Amino acid sequence: MSMTQVIVRPARAPGLSGAAMQVTRRALLKYFRTPALSVMSIVQSGLFLFSFRYVFGGAIRTGPVSYVDFLVPAYVATIVLFTGGGIAVAVAEDKASGFTDRLLSLPVPRLSLVLGRTLADSTTNIWSIATTAALGFAFGFRLDGSLAGGLAAFGLCLVYAVVFTVVFIVMGLFAANAQAAQGMSLIAFIFAFISSAYVPATSMPGWLQPFSKYQPITPMVDAVRSLIAGGTSDVGLALAWSALLLVIFTPVALLRYRRP
Amino acid sequence: MTTETSAGAAPADGAARAAGVPPAPGAPLIEARGLTVRFGKVTALDGLDLMAPPGQVLAVLGPNGAGKTTFVRTIATLVRPDGGQLRVLGRDVAADPAGVRRDIGLAGQFAAVEPAMTGRENLEMTARLFGHGRRAARQAADVTIGQLGLGEVADRRSSTYSGGQRRRLDLGASLVGAPSLLLLDEPTTGLDPAGRREVWDAVRGLSAGGTAILLTTHYLEEADELAEQVVVIDRGRAVAAGALSALKGSIGQDVIEVSVADAALLGPAGDVLLRVTGAQPRLDPAARRARGPAAGGAAELAQVIGELAAARIAVEEIGLRRPTLDEVFLSLTGVRSRS
Repeated sequence: MSMTQVIVRPARAPGLSGAAMQVTRRALLKYFRTPALSVMSIVQSGLFLFSFRYVFGGAIRTGPVSYVDFLVPAYVATIVLFTGGGIAVAVAEDKASGFTDRLLSLPVPRLSLVLGRTLADSTTNIWSIATTAALGFAFGFRLDGSLAGGLAAFGLCLVYAVVFTVVFIVMGLFAANAQAAQGMSLIAFIFAFISSAYVPATSMPGWLQPFSKYQPITPMVDAVRSLIAGGTSDVGLALAWSALLLVIFTPVALLRYRRP
Repeated sequence: MTTETSAGAAPADGAARAAGVPPAPGAPLIEARGLTVRFGKVTALDGLDLMAPPGQVLAVLGPNGAGKTTFVRTIATLVRPDGGQLRVLGRDVAADPAGVRRDIGLAGQFAAVEPAMTGRENLEMTARLFGHGRRAARQAADVTIGQLGLGEVADRRSSTYSGGQRRRLDLGASLVGAPSLLLLDEPTTGLDPAGRREVWDAVRGLSAGGTAILLTTHYLEEADELAEQVVVIDRGRAVAAGALSALKGSIGQDVIEVSVADAALLGPAGDVLLRVTGAQPRLDPAARRARGPAAGGAAELAQVIGELAAARIAVEEIGLRRPTLDEVFLSLTGVRSRS
C-alpha cells in the first residue's frame, strides 16, 4: 500500500441484497463477538427453564401432561419475546450512536437497512430458539409424537422469530434511547405471561381469561403444542396472527427507518 | 460569501469524478436559499442563505442550538427541508438525494464505528456500502488506513481505540467512497487536546489532498486552525460568511482583560485601555473587570501594563486572549448568544 494510491469512486451505488448483507454481517458480528449478548441469552434460557421446571413447576397442575412437556414447547415458542428486548436496544443504540445516520448518508437502498436488520436478528433468534430447544431436552423434555411433528413445531417457532424481530425493531425505532427500548420491550412479558404458555389459562381468574384467550401468544403456543402432539389445531390461527403482525409492523419499520 | 478562493482542484478528484457521477463543474460547495427546517414548533433553520465557493475547508460556527447540526444533517439528506432550496455541489437535495449521497461522506457528532469490528473491517464494510466490490473495498480500506496513519491498530477491534483513533477511523469511513465533499459535525468534541491535535492533522492532510470539507465547530480556535472559509450561524440564519482572513478584523481580534484589586480603580483602568487601544472597553463592576479589543496584540498589552503601573493601579490579573465565541456573536449580531 502506498500513500499515493487513490480511491476511485465506485461506478454504481450498491444493490439491495449486497447492502443488506453488509448490514446483516455487521449486526451478527456484533452479536457473536459480544458474549454479553450471545452467551447471556443461553444463560437466561437456562435460568428460566430451571426456575419453572424445578421451582414453580411442582405447584402448577397440567393434568395428564407432565409440566416439563407442557413448559418446554411454550418456552421455545415465546423465547423471542424475552430476547427481543436486545433487538430493540440494539436498534435504539444504533440510532443514538449515529450509526443509523451514517448508513442513511450512504447511497444504499433504504430497504436494505430493515432487510439487513431483520435477517440478522432473525438469525440470532434462531440461535436462541435452537439453544433453548437443546436446553429443553437437557431439562427432561421428550418428544412423544412424531419427529415430523416436532420439526414442524420448530419451524413454526422460526416463523415467530421473524415476526417478533420486526415488532421489536419498531419498538427500538420509536424508543428515545436504549433504556426506553428496554422498558418498552417489557410489554412483551405481559403477553408472554398472561397466556397459555406457562400455566393452563383456565387456572387464571375469570376476568383475566379473555385477555389470555384473544391475544396472539395463546394460539401461537397452542399451535406449537398441537403440532408436537401430532395435530394441527390452532396452526391456521397462529399463522394468521403472524401475517397480521407482519402486515402492520413491516411498513411502520420501513417508514421509520427512512426518516429517523 | 464575498471572497472567491482559488480552488485547489484535486488530482484524486478528477479520477473519482470520471468514474462516478460528476458534480457540476465549478459548482459551489453549498448553495442555500431561504433554507427552512422545522421540528414541530421549533424552527431549527430559519431561511438560511449561503453561497460557499468550491474547494477548501468551510467552518460552520455557532453556539449550541444555532442550527449547525441540522444544517449538516440537511446537507447529508437526513432531514428534509420544509422550505427554501439547498444545492450541494450543484445537486438539489430534495430532487436528487441519492445523487447527493454519492457525493458526500458524513462523520457525525459521535464516532459511528462498530466497536466489535476491527478498523479494517469497519472501513471495508463502509466501502461496500458506498458501492465498491470486494477487491476495491479492500484497496480503499488499505489506502485510507495509510492516509490516516491507522496501520498499527487497523486489525484491532475499534473498541480498544483511543478517542482520537476512533475519530480518525470514523473520518476514514466517510472517505472510502471517494466523496467530493466531507461533512464533519463537531469532529473534536469530547476529545482531549492530544486527540484534537490528531484529528486536526488528519483534516489538514485530507484538505491538502484535495477533499473539500465542511465542518461545524463551536471552537473559534478550531476554525482558525483548519478553515479558509467561515460561516457563522445564529438562530437558524447565517449572520456572517466569508474568508476567515477577511472576517478576522471583526471576529478574530485579541482581547485585553484586566481585573483590578479595588472596584474604585475600574474606571481609571478602563481609561488606560481606551488610551492605549483606542477602543472603548467594556466594564464589569461586579467582577471588577475591564476588557477591550487589542488590535496591536502583545505590544499593546505591554504598554497597558506599563501605564497601569505608572498610574499605580493595583492589578489582580491581566492578559491577552482570543475572543470567546460569545464576544464574536456580540460583535456580529449585537445580541448576546444563548449559552
